[in-house]
Amino acid sequence: MNMQQAIKMTAAETALVDAYTAQIGDLPGDGSVLSVRDTLVHELKTAGLPTRRVESWHYTDLRTLLRAVPTADPTAFADRVEALVAGATVLSVRNGHADLKGNAPEGVTIRSYTDSLLDGSAAAGLAVLGTDDAIGRINGGLVRGGLELVIADGTELEDPLEIQLVQSLGQAHTRFPVSFGANTKATVIERHLSTNAAESLISSVSDITVGEGAEITWIVLQQQGAADTHLGQIRFDLAKDAKLHLFLINAGGKLVRQEIHGKTSGEGADFKLRGINLLGGESHTDVTFTLGHNVPHTTSTEIIRNVVFDRAKGVFQGKILVAKDAQKTDAKMACNTLLLSDDADLSAKPELEIFADDVQCGHGATVADIDHTQLFYLMARGIPENKARAMLVNAFVAEIVEELDDEPLVEALESVISAWLEKHA
Amino acid sequence: MLEIKNLHARIAEDGTEIIRGLNLTVKAGEVAAIMGPNGSGKSTLSYILSGREDYEVTEGEILYNGENILELEASERAAKGIFLAFQYPVEIPGVATMQFLKVAMNEQRKYRGEDELTTPEFMRRVKEAAAELKIAPEMLRRPLNVGFSGGEKKRAEILQMALLEPKLCVLDETDSGLDIDALKIVADGVNALRSPDRAVIVITHYQRLLDYIVPDTVHVLYKGQVIKSGDKTLAHELEANGYADIIEAAA
Ligand SMILES: Nc1ncnc2c1ncn2[C@@H]1O[C@H](COP(=O)(O)OP(=O)(O)OP(=O)(O)O)[C@@H](O)[C@H]1O
Ligand SMILES: [Mg+2]
Repeated sequence: MNMQQAIKMTAAETALVDAYTAQIGDLPGDGSVLSVRDTLVHELKTAGLPTRRVESWHYTDLRTLLRAVPTADPTAFADRVEALVAGATVLSVRNGHADLKGNAPEGVTIRSYTDSLLDGSAAAGLAVLGTDDAIGRINGGLVRGGLELVIADGTELEDPLEIQLVQSLGQAHTRFPVSFGANTKATVIERHLSTNAAESLISSVSDITVGEGAEITWIVLQQQGAADTHLGQIRFDLAKDAKLHLFLINAGGKLVRQEIHGKTSGEGADFKLRGINLLGGESHTDVTFTLGHNVPHTTSTEIIRNVVFDRAKGVFQGKILVAKDAQKTDAKMACNTLLLSDDADLSAKPELEIFADDVQCGHGATVADIDHTQLFYLMARGIPENKARAMLVNAFVAEIVEELDDEPLVEALESVISAWLEKHA
Repeated sequence: MLEIKNLHARIAEDGTEIIRGLNLTVKAGEVAAIMGPNGSGKSTLSYILSGREDYEVTEGEILYNGENILELEASERAAKGIFLAFQYPVEIPGVATMQFLKVAMNEQRKYRGEDELTTPEFMRRVKEAAAELKIAPEMLRRPLNVGFSGGEKKRAEILQMALLEPKLCVLDETDSGLDIDALKIVADGVNALRSPDRAVIVITHYQRLLDYIVPDTVHVLYKGQVIKSGDKTLAHELEANGYADIIEAAA
């Protein structure tokens, strides 16, 4: 402890702690919330940002990578943008401030997370997931807004809910506790955008509970600017027979850490993670995933596809833990990467920790270049090399998108992907 | 239309010479059959013609309509009218067949300075050609060649050929894997394309296909060279006696 305290704080650490100090008295929260915040910021100050010596941050030395933190600008303006798919209900969050205007669809209760901080009901949820939960710590210390959603039992939402986070500059720290009641059906799009090239840092935690028999698709579409830092965390808990299809697309940001931590709490729960990481420039993008299969008869599949251009660096850490009692767990994890330049890099660390004996679990990781035979086949039909390559890269990720089985959504995501590829390939 | 002169080529990766002084001339309007034992270099020749980069030409030239094409990219050769029906058509998961067809047709048109096809015009052409080849529309909704049976893949190759309207068609064992009815359909498809300004090179092991697509010339390829050329009777001879005599005579 003393040793660590003696280490000089980095500019980013200082800036984060200063951001907190500057806002004391202004950050929303009752006594219980403020005391949690104090603890978290104190931990941040003493432990510092995680370095590569912390196992779960081994490939993303946040202390080194996070050079600076832009100061929060409460007066900054950001505009809302068109919904990703027509008909979606947009819940707008601009520069960290949720806009509660507009009507909630039937069966959905929307509350400002700021109110939950103010009345203290948010305090328990601010707890970090462990000593190395730097995102939970930063977010818990500085969070000002977000939305709390409750979807009543039996609600089936026809159109997606889009939580639209638009950032123009500075900082934003948001939270989204979302509770899906029993037998609900819904698609939620958590969309992170930036409106300009100015640097920003955002942290965002979504805390998802999926009730019995519910079938939920949750999409995280991260399209921040090339100078931005994105610290995201998804937590989820699946009840009996609950299904969660979590779909992650990273198509932006300079320094990105997207964590996903979940558990199955009821038999018959099924989790599906599909991730597409489009990486280019000098960016660093880390997807870290842990899943606890805690009860018998639960299933999960995880497929991550990485496309890495330029000098970009990607990280995928996936850890599946099967508890002692969780017999008949079926879990399969795959991480496939297309490395498209000599300087591109990807580290994959898939892990299984199995304490039950009657399970089916597997994982695999592949790294490849474009398939030459496929490239030749396309070119032999008159498609020029650049275009043929783009088609193959697109194909590598399109397979995953098509699993979504919702045509407008598939189309919208495909156009996000092809726009990105056009810019970077 | 096609003149191959003293062609030598090797595998770029390890330098193994596969084509060793090959000469072949194919005139416009001609159907030329290329036969030869397994491993003699037939597919390699077809790849080199269409511009596959895994092979390196070390000597000789390939003239297509008088132009040396060795410096051209595969896509440019295709746009200029060279088409290869692959012995093993390639599966490409994630690329929709229709999208592929449209991009291929339009990229070729763009290269030649022609207008792109409108979507209805494109659809009309595909529908028509698919019907001729008895290709079910469901097949076209799948990713390119993925899960197609051997025969379906070959038929899909001919569909592409019909849509792209090439000038020099190279069919590499298009007959293998086809049932009797499909063979007839495919042969009809090829025959429909026969015209005075088009040449076809048919690579095959069997006379059967040549009963339907009657060749003007037959060439025997052995160890990377054309060791004998003749008319359609040469194919009958081979069918009856095998390659031994010809190989011996050439040695
Ligand atoms: N890329 C390659 N790498 C290694 N060997 C190759 C490669 N391409 C061709 N060869 C070798 O070159 C020789 C000629 O092959 P090719 O496929 O052209 O024969 P072919 O006449 O088409 O045979 P088949 O009748 O069996 O189709 C074979 O011995 C083959 O193994
Ligand atoms: Mg062959």
